[in-house]
Amino acid sequence: MISFLTFLVIVLGLITFGRIIRIFELSAELRGTDVNAVNGSDNKTNSLLLLIMGSAFVFMVFYLTYAMKDKMLPSSASEHGVEIDTLFAVNWYILFAAFFITHALLIYFAAKYYFKKEHKPVFFAHSTKLELIWTLIPAAVLSVIIVYGISKWNKIVAPAGDDVLVIELYAKQFDWTARYAGDDNELGKASFRLIDGSNPLGIEYTDPQSADDILVRNEFHLPVGKEVVFKFHSRDVIHSAYMPHFRAQMNCVPGMTTQFHFKPIKTTEEMRVETANDKFDYILLCNKICGASHFNMQMNIIVEDETSFRQWLGSKKTVAEELKAAAPAATVEVKTDSLAAPADSAKVHAVTADATKH
Amino acid sequence: MSHDTHAHHDHSHDHDHGHHHEEGFISKYVFSQDHKMISKQFLITAIIMGCIAMFMSTFFRLQLGWPGQSFPILETFLGRWAPGGVMTPDIYLALVTIHGTILVFFVLTGGLSGTFSNLLIPFQIGARDMASGFLNMLSYWFFFVSSAVMIASLFVTGGPASAGWTVYPPLSALPQAMPGSGMGMTLWLVSMSLFIVSALLGGLNYIVTVVNLRTKGMAMTRLPLTIWAFLVTAILGVLSFPVLFAAALLLIFDRSFGTSFYLSDINIGGMALDHTGGSPILFQHLFWFLGHPEVYIILLPALGINSEIIATNSRKPIFGYKAMIGSILAIAFLSFIVWGHHMYITGMNPFLGSVFVFTTILVAIPSAVKVFNYLATLWKGNIVFTPAMLFAIGMVSTFITGGLTGIILADAALDINLHDTYFVVAHFHIVMGASAIFGMFAGVYHWFPRMYGKMLNKNLGYAHFWLTITSMYGVFFPMHFLGLAGIPRRYYENTNFPLFDQFTDINQMISMFAILGAAAQFIFFFNFFYSIFRGTKAPQNPWGSTTLEWTAPMKHMHGNWPGKIPEVHRWPYDYNKPGKAGDFTPQTEPMAPGEEESH
Repeated sequence: MISFLTFLVIVLGLITFGRIIRIFELSAELRGTDVNAVNGSDNKTNSLLLLIMGSAFVFMVFYLTYAMKDKMLPSSASEHGVEIDTLFAVNWYILFAAFFITHALLIYFAAKYYFKKEHKPVFFAHSTKLELIWTLIPAAVLSVIIVYGISKWNKIVAPAGDDVLVIELYAKQFDWTARYAGDDNELGKASFRLIDGSNPLGIEYTDPQSADDILVRNEFHLPVGKEVVFKFHSRDVIHSAYMPHFRAQMNCVPGMTTQFHFKPIKTTEEMRVETANDKFDYILLCNKICGASHFNMQMNIIVEDETSFRQWLGSKKTVAEELKAAAPAATVEVKTDSLAAPADSAKVHAVTADATKH
Repeated sequence: MSHDTHAHHDHSHDHDHGHHHEEGFISKYVFSQDHKMISKQFLITAIIMGCIAMFMSTFFRLQLGWPGQSFPILETFLGRWAPGGVMTPDIYLALVTIHGTILVFFVLTGGLSGTFSNLLIPFQIGARDMASGFLNMLSYWFFFVSSAVMIASLFVTGGPASAGWTVYPPLSALPQAMPGSGMGMTLWLVSMSLFIVSALLGGLNYIVTVVNLRTKGMAMTRLPLTIWAFLVTAILGVLSFPVLFAAALLLIFDRSFGTSFYLSDINIGGMALDHTGGSPILFQHLFWFLGHPEVYIILLPALGINSEIIATNSRKPIFGYKAMIGSILAIAFLSFIVWGHHMYITGMNPFLGSVFVFTTILVAIPSAVKVFNYLATLWKGNIVFTPAMLFAIGMVSTFITGGLTGIILADAALDINLHDTYFVVAHFHIVMGASAIFGMFAGVYHWFPRMYGKMLNKNLGYAHFWLTITSMYGVFFPMHFLGLAGIPRRYYENTNFPLFDQFTDINQMISMFAILGAAAQFIFFFNFFYSIFRGTKAPQNPWGSTTLEWTAPMKHMHGNWPGKIPEVHRWPYDYNKPGKAGDFTPQTEPMAPGEEESH
């Protein structure tokens, strides 16, 4: 009944509206004017509106940029990220200048030169000189942007040094696993065919380099001031490992390994002080659409000093230790449980349940 | 030569006598081969599709603004996909996907080119119709069937395609990965294949018509910029759509016939799949090889329409006609060598990344030329603020705003941190979505009299413009900041990250602007359909334009002009030319003795 009444009201409203317009049109016809011909007051009103709304828009753009600055990501927590921030700032200033100049001219011209009968517009079809100016000036500015941008890009993607920590970030629907390469700093081989409940990454246990690898979930730690090489991998669809505070992102693609490296320069503690937020945590999140729970595929990252990091990593079991612990029981279930700490797996389940609830 | 456009056409013998035999309902309104009717068919189909896509966006904006809150209206429309009035993550992704697909392909490619290329190419070059009316009819009906299949996919078990409008495999290839990758995805691919056939038939027709059927005196350097834009757009489409066709075909093979073009080393749902040796990245290369020219397939017609409307309503010649043509050509050429900027973080060779940074940022030069030429056209003009002119000015604004953020995203080093965040959503909605839709609105307001012989209501047009541009910037401008704060796109909700909690109120504001913007479109829908039937009668040349379409009788007739097709003697931008009477000189007016061409 209510929906029928709503429908009725909408239909009657439309009819009324149509009638009102018709009345306007007829009365204009009686006066001998065309209701839809643009007249002097339309031109004045709209040019004034353009001036007001246009200026308000330009003002809002600058004001919002200022007002939002505290909500943006804090300054970069990685070495290369600091340079990205500078590059961004330089680009941002140039673009704001271009935005302001072009919008000011657009609004000013549109508002000023509204139609006046007595006004004769200039016949100005072409000027090689002007056209050269506004081809060459943008070209020059853009050259700076291009050269500056490419030089930073080349620096960021240049090969990592020798003294690095190697970590694999392994993605699947809908969680992450971090695998530390261990003492030998080499990841053991893995194959998607070996994946089962007890071996979620499909690690080849026969490969001696796999013995000292360490698998962690939900949270991984990084030592401050040390270059970290990440190898990205996915076992099902494309995911993207995004670590916004470190200005780092790379796709995880099934069938291939991708790579990115950076050096964290601020510990979690330092960042908590800087952001005046004692609950602050670095995060890794998925940034490539990957399915229903894409919005909840995350891992915490803790950056700490080298000693605490070693201590934390030492407390984790290596693949060999896990296997050994699981061997006496020799059942798949036990192996599964032993791989992830009980608390962790509880949290994982909670996350999944959360995702399906909606 | 252009007089026998219809040499192969059934009705050709009638043209020069100004009367023709009565057509049946079916051949006049349904399987019409007349460019004017086909143009209207494209427009109305696009309006309906656009309306559906717009509703989808308000639905997912409800979820994004008030995550988890119950909205009974969602259950009404989405049924089991929104139990208790809260949409599921699956349908959220489906809505986002179909919203993008419809707007990019059905509204802004098929709708925009289909409507205005069809309407204006024969009219403005002085031809009786398209080179092939039959292919033109096929083009529309492929488009229609393709739209119908896309809409049908909304109703299958498992829901429509949900892997994003870019449908990257393996997500789109494996039904195990998400429910939308089952039947819904199959229909998506079928629909896109039909769409590509439509785009190719249309495109070939546009090219052939512009090249062969120009009236006497219509040199390429006397073509209105609209026609230049449509021509180059058609060339882009014909060169790039086949690549998408290949990509779709290979994806169909991978999905249905067990091939491994895009799939390798996959273990999903505890099962290792047999696919080896393929690469998901191959799909991205193929997709974006169409996908980037596609951006300009959407944008160039809008820019062409804008050039025409800004010149006409400034009562001044377009500034730098040849530079405008040059920049269209430069943009079109560059559009083929920039696709990699969508893939900086796929692990591509870093050197290749630098090359794409270079080529991508170059696009900004011809774009800047276009903007400055528009500004110079407005300068010291005599601007008539028709609703079309307002949308054209709005389009210059969105083209600037969105174009500038494109320079940021083109920079690979900056893209690392912004890729797939809301910054990207803001950028492409403003530069591609809003600009093209503003161009399309401008075109509809400007050429509605030419299409229906009626005027659109002016005041409703003003209300439509001001509400639309306000809500458009209200929606998309704040999104830049969400992106700069690291919020990824295509997230069902942001509540799992304490970091993003501070944006709750901004997200609500965006949603409110989105609803306002959607409501404003009803002013347009009402105006459009009301004016078709009840609008005031349009005068012969309502905007005082120089171009040929306004010399044809306002009442549509087969063959466009009774008697001979008008000859062209000058370029289309002689507004307020010194020494000429009146404030415009039509293209058909012969040169006075001693008069020089203006460009």
